[in-house]
Amino acid sequence: MITEAKSIVKAELNSEKIGESIVVKNLYKSFGNNHVLKNFTMHLKTGENLVVLGKSGSGKSVLIKCIIGLIKPDAGSINVLGKSIPDLNNNELDEIRVKIGFLFQSNALYDSMTVRENLEFPLRRHKINLTKKEVEDLVMEALTNVGLAHTVDMRPSELSGGMRKRIALARTLILKPDIILYDEPTTGLDPITAKEISNLMRELAKKYKTSSIIISHDMNCVKAVSDRIIMLIDGVCYSDGTYEQLKQSNDEKIKTFFE
Amino acid sequence: MKSKTLQIFLSETGDIGRFTYRFFVEAFKPRYEFSELLRQCFYIGYKSLPLVAITAFIMGLVITIQSRPTLVEFGAEGWLPKMVSVSLVREIAPVITALICAGKIGSGIGAELGSMKVTEQIDAMEVSGTNPFKYLIATRVMATTLMIPILGILADAVSLYGGYLGTNIHGVVSWNLYWNQVFDTLTFGDVVPSILKTFFFGFAIGIIGCYKGYNSNKGTEGVGRSANSAVVISSLLVFILDLLAVQITDLMRLT
Ligand SMILES: Nc1ncnc2c1ncn2[C@@H]1O[C@H](COP(=O)(O)OP(=O)(O)OP(=O)(O)O)[C@@H](O)[C@H]1O
Ligand SMILES: [Mg+2]
Repeated sequence: MITEAKSIVKAELNSEKIGESIVVKNLYKSFGNNHVLKNFTMHLKTGENLVVLGKSGSGKSVLIKCIIGLIKPDAGSINVLGKSIPDLNNNELDEIRVKIGFLFQSNALYDSMTVRENLEFPLRRHKINLTKKEVEDLVMEALTNVGLAHTVDMRPSELSGGMRKRIALARTLILKPDIILYDEPTTGLDPITAKEISNLMRELAKKYKTSSIIISHDMNCVKAVSDRIIMLIDGVCYSDGTYEQLKQSNDEKIKTFFE
Repeated sequence: MKSKTLQIFLSETGDIGRFTYRFFVEAFKPRYEFSELLRQCFYIGYKSLPLVAITAFIMGLVITIQSRPTLVEFGAEGWLPKMVSVSLVREIAPVITALICAGKIGSGIGAELGSMKVTEQIDAMEVSGTNPFKYLIATRVMATTLMIPILGILADAVSLYGGYLGTNIHGVVSWNLYWNQVFDTLTFGDVVPSILKTFFFGFAIGIIGCYKGYNSNKGTEGVGRSANSAVVISSLLVFILDLLAVQITDLMRLT
């Protein structure tokens, strides 16, 4: 509870400054009687890799869906790059979503399209003007980044689970977003690929100054990519710290994650 | 127990009503998804064409064969083309087309949108600068509304051709005589209402398929259920709309 109060104060102090990509304050979200987020507060600094840890069903996916405007919160404020998400209309949301990459937990690749069409989709749909050549170059660059350039004409159904995850990652990164929200980026990958993905995430953060929120259960990945970790327990931001700090915590609820 | 079923029925009807209202609000605002609409029209028309043609042909043939004995009894065998053409064009071709499409297209839309929903593809479209309601729902509903009348007209033609073959199994009616009789019989009041009602059939099939898919529950089981209830409800709606259409044309003395 003390940490919760502390982080509220911190968020309030920092929201005025530049250097905060996302500020979430006093967020509430319930589904019927299921109170998922209860006065949740957090912030994401620019250039930071923030990991969100929490049990299955604790509301991590709900949180980042609120941040990108897919779920409307019941109460609370969400500020992304200076814009209050719940107050935006559809056009304004589209504008800000160009700057946010979102990796879905279930990949959400379009089954009826080839890998190329999947990657082209965000490029074509957002109102950005690109020539045919530029689109092709971006697609191939994104695929090369995840090591799957040869799958460009395949359909998602022809790929393995891990390959699909990497294609989804490529699609998330194709617009070179300022903020990336990863929902379990390494789940279902072998340790080697998982490590590659972790490295890629670190590189991106460094190279493009992207800020990211990473939801993960994979402690190797968490250790490798996190600048800071927040714990989502019982609908609040229970604790906040670096990997090393939280690992040494004596709190039972925190310790279970680091065993 | 009974009141619970009634409650579910009423709330579902209300939801479908709201969904339909949203369709009209969103479909006619820009940004228009023309290329997706064309793709859906092609897909829906092309996919159901062979099935509709075969069933319509068979229906034309068997209705003619079945009607013959009664007419022979009254010595009115010459009336066969007249009688058959009226029942085919007014009732059988449009309803058969709609039912085939409810089964094939309705379930297809229900399952496709349902699986897109549970695998977050619809959410993914939304974060990629696309209004999924416009892109997925509006285009599909418009496509079924436009294509099912076209398929219905085609079914009219093919079933009448089946009727021609049917009349020629026993008697001999020349090609010209048959079509002359058919076109002499069919009036404005036979043809136009029966084409008009197929627009409503198409709209109902599209709306129900989309509603069921778009509101699919989590999990693959939910997808199956969406597809299934899309077929059941839209088939039932086709009959209800048909009944209404017949009553209305009857009242307007278009008979
Ligand atoms: N659209 C929805 N409608 C109703 N309840 C929902 C919805 N989305 C999520 N929930 C509920 O919210 C809670 C949190 O779900 P969420 O998907 O955020 O969990 P999570 O922390 O991401 O878990 P996991 O690690 O398993 O992905 C769950 O109890 C879930 O049942
Ligand atoms: Mg989740």
